[in-house]
Amino acid sequence: MQQLIFGVLTLASFGFFAFNLRKIAQNIHMGLPLDRSDRKADRWRTMLLVALGQKKMFTRPIPALLHLALYASFVITQIELIEILVDGISGSHRFFQESLGGFYTFMISFIEVLSVLAFIGTVAFLARRNMLKLPRLNMKELAGWPTQDANLILVFELILISFIFTMNGADEVLQSYAGNSNGFAISSQLGPILFDGMSNHTLHILEQIGWWGHIIMVYTFMNYLPYSKHLHIFMAFPNTYYSKLEPKGQFTNMQSVTNEVKLMLDPNADPYAAPAADAVASRFGAKDVTDLSWKNLMDAYSCTECGRCTSACPANTTGKLLSPRKIMMDTRDRMVELGDYKRKNGPDTEDGKSLLGNYITEEELWACTSCNACVQECPVNIDPLSIIMDLRRFLVMEESKVPTELTGMLTNIENNGAPWQFAPTERMNWANED
Amino acid sequence: MSIQVRTMADMMAAGESPDILFWVGCAGSFDDRAKKITKALVKILNHCKVNFAVLGTEESCTGDPAKRAGNEFTFQMQALMNIELLNGYEVKKIVTACPHCFNTLKNEYPGLGGTYEVIHHTQLIQDLINTGKLTLADNGTFKGKKITFHDPCYLGRANDVYEAPRELIEKLDAALVEMKRCKTNGLCCGAGGAQMFKEAEKGNKEINIERTEDAIETSANIIATGCPFCNTMMTDGIKHFEKEEDVKVMDIAELIANAADL
Repeated sequence: MQQLIFGVLTLASFGFFAFNLRKIAQNIHMGLPLDRSDRKADRWRTMLLVALGQKKMFTRPIPALLHLALYASFVITQIELIEILVDGISGSHRFFQESLGGFYTFMISFIEVLSVLAFIGTVAFLARRNMLKLPRLNMKELAGWPTQDANLILVFELILISFIFTMNGADEVLQSYAGNSNGFAISSQLGPILFDGMSNHTLHILEQIGWWGHIIMVYTFMNYLPYSKHLHIFMAFPNTYYSKLEPKGQFTNMQSVTNEVKLMLDPNADPYAAPAADAVASRFGAKDVTDLSWKNLMDAYSCTECGRCTSACPANTTGKLLSPRKIMMDTRDRMVELGDYKRKNGPDTEDGKSLLGNYITEEELWACTSCNACVQECPVNIDPLSIIMDLRRFLVMEESKVPTELTGMLTNIENNGAPWQFAPTERMNWANED
Repeated sequence: MSIQVRTMADMMAAGESPDILFWVGCAGSFDDRAKKITKALVKILNHCKVNFAVLGTEESCTGDPAKRAGNEFTFQMQALMNIELLNGYEVKKIVTACPHCFNTLKNEYPGLGGTYEVIHHTQLIQDLINTGKLTLADNGTFKGKKITFHDPCYLGRANDVYEAPRELIEKLDAALVEMKRCKTNGLCCGAGGAQMFKEAEKGNKEINIERTEDAIETSANIIATGCPFCNTMMTDGIKHFEKEEDVKVMDIAELIANAADL
């Protein structure tokens, strides 16, 4: 009976998770094509260093170490999950204990030590958010759900770890009644402190609560991820693999514009020629998530709202409206909204809303200095600047919404080849002045 | 010492070709403060007998501010015209004292048909010193002075050039002091992304004031930059704090020209 419940629970959990992953993939595919299939060796290296190796986290060592405890514990605990799956399906108890012997004791001990570190890290993270009120974790774009989401994830982790020690601790005391010990590093100490003297029956129930609680929390956690900023634990890997590898200062040259400009500069071009058959009627720049590249959208799903970008942003730190983190959160929220709408009403339908306008304002976009601090800071190589620039391009080229002073600058460049009003003939005057 | 500058057109007419093109840039051509940087660099080039030329009146904006302002049309118009000119002169190598021109020429022109070896003037000067073509006089100009370097975003983060300007400062008889935010963490001066040409959006502080505070905190006597726009922003910041007497804002080229008695 227990095995049946376990089997159904496992299938349902993985099924629902797969269903949500498919939605995420569909949403990312709403973005425009972008070729990131080149330089595979560099891409693997970037992923190994930045995602697996957490390279960029270590610019801030203390949170990096706490995060590393959680991360390592999460990754290593997955090994134990294999045994839980085997035990759950076969009805065995610690399937690998006998065959692996001392190595098994070492592995579970290792997991236990990491779990204690993760517990400490989680408590520290909760305190930092809610008691120390770290500025970047208490900004206005985090009000409401994002703050709850962050706390919920941390509480999930605490419960999960508590179940592990309930299970191993109760098991240890049961063993001790028979004159044995599992010999696991933490639970062989912690178990007797918590549970010594309890009856065999109570201990069995506690061990079962720990076991079932653990697996139920794992499945809950897994299925919560697609609704949470915490999805970064998976997305960090593809997102760093598909990082922009060009110099940060290099912005894309828009091919659609090149075609038009070449026509304008070509004296032999026929101005009335029909557009080429393969010409796509697209807009210049981005108004909505469907005008952004799939990588921009993957970036949005990879953001865990840590706010390092915003805390390094010169505009934000001097009180301007722009927050690169909000740009990413807006992009994700709008993508999810539009994706849900299209799944419900058909792929070619429009809901009349857009990223620019309904989520992001012109004032935010015009505060950006394109300094790349946000891009540099992001621990999972998200590029908020690319979205900001594409939205600016739409404002300028499609809507002609340019700040007045910039109109002057642009006119000067067009008329006299400099952003200021100087005649080209004066360009060499410096050589003859004192 | 008067400076010697020849244009590409002159050189071509004389059947000569330069080893390197000096891309002066709009700021370097028209801005009174930046013109001094241009001349300091030319003095260094003259002194080291570098065979260089400028485009003179044929040069035109790279299009960088237009591109960052979101006007890709104006950018590409400028870029394609400049590329036609540069390719016509068969330019292979370019040096510029403006990180914005540097970034655009180096990274964004190749995709439009203009591929050149582009270096920042701090890299060229570093090379001139390393190859023994330029030696700094022991004239005590900077003795006991503290110099801090403000990383231009388009040189540093955008193109990972952090060391060339610092190595040059270290060659001076002065102490290099770093701001709390430097290199990859350097704070923008506030001019990039076409902000130079507009009022800042509503906020509680100007970015250049925030950055100037970083610099003043180091108690440096000189704020060194490698960008004409950073130079303007930092100079304005120093004026804001009425510290013009105590803190000078200078380009690396000017520091080196002074130290070499040029």
